[in-house]
Amino acid sequence: MSRRLRLCVFGVGALGFAALLVWGLAGLASFGEFDGRYGQLLAHLTVPERKATSSISVTTFDFRGVDTLGEEFILFTAAVGVLVLLRIQRAGEDVAAEPARTRRPTADSKTLRSIAAALVGPVLVLGLYIVAHGHLTPGGGFQGGVILMTAFLLIYLAGTHLHMGRARPLDAMEISEALGAAGFALLGIGGMVLAGAYLQNFISFGMVGSLLSGGVIPLLNVSVGFEVMGALLVVLAELLDQRLLMRRDHR
Amino acid sequence: MSFLPYAVAAWLFLVGLYGIVTSRNLIHLVVCLTVVQASTYVLLLAVGYRTGGTAPIYADISTSRKVVDPIVATLTLTDVVVEATVAALLLSLAVQAHRRFGTLDPDELGAMRG
Repeated sequence: MSRRLRLCVFGVGALGFAALLVWGLAGLASFGEFDGRYGQLLAHLTVPERKATSSISVTTFDFRGVDTLGEEFILFTAAVGVLVLLRIQRAGEDVAAEPARTRRPTADSKTLRSIAAALVGPVLVLGLYIVAHGHLTPGGGFQGGVILMTAFLLIYLAGTHLHMGRARPLDAMEISEALGAAGFALLGIGGMVLAGAYLQNFISFGMVGSLLSGGVIPLLNVSVGFEVMGALLVVLAELLDQRLLMRRDHR
Repeated sequence: MSFLPYAVAAWLFLVGLYGIVTSRNLIHLVVCLTVVQASTYVLLLAVGYRTGGTAPIYADISTSRKVVDPIVATLTLTDVVVEATVAALLLSLAVQAHRRFGTLDPDELGAMRG
């Protein structure tokens, strides 16, 4: 199909789709006049029922907790999918599975390297803060996990190795991912054993506004934080690894 | 102005779709797909907005304040996670395609297969 023909087909389709879209959107309540009772109910139950202050976290990890379990496993499965896709390829080639030894500093720019190195600490602290305060203020495991991942990406940009003693960084990332995913599921089972229903809260709710409040919600946030950080790092490491392989091929 | 957020969502969707159709590079195509997905965030958040409402975070507001719907915010979070996973999988497929065919142009990929 020629490009021109393809554009014509797209144009016809897009016009039809745009008409349907306008029709559908016209049927929505006008902007700002949403009148869903359920959301308002959850918002008003957040503080008295769960002793946490972020309705969004409480909805994510408590009222819709099982949904979030599924969401977390989507991420887990996707990370495994990327690993499978990219590692099959590596298996067919005579390339060491551990790229760290062959890694040279990523950038030659001293400015980039020193800024990246200087940012690692603050970004790490910010990520931990966002994970730990997920039930109080905007944030949580998903957002904090991404920030934590950025801290490790900065280490990579600074051109240094991840020194973890004998543990290989990639293994540590995989373990973090698996522990995070398992932690969420196990906290759910804890609710089943101790409180009678899956993901039911089984520890004290604590005082509204304190760091240890909201029952299991902060624990779920921490396990999601580990899972997201691990999954993204695994994906990132595999993709960067591919880039290194390509560079070697072209040499 | 009350339709503007919906118009933005529709525009993002269509412009992303246009990008996908005319794309000459698989990486560019994946980025266009994320633009399409961004339209769903705008739509979800626009649907749940209530005039004068603030974010449903009670850390520093009274519990009687009017707030926007927390459920759509949660759904948007799910949406973002799904977007990230889809992008990661598609990018790794693009890496595979480049390794196997030596090109990222979808048109050339099609020609090679035929």
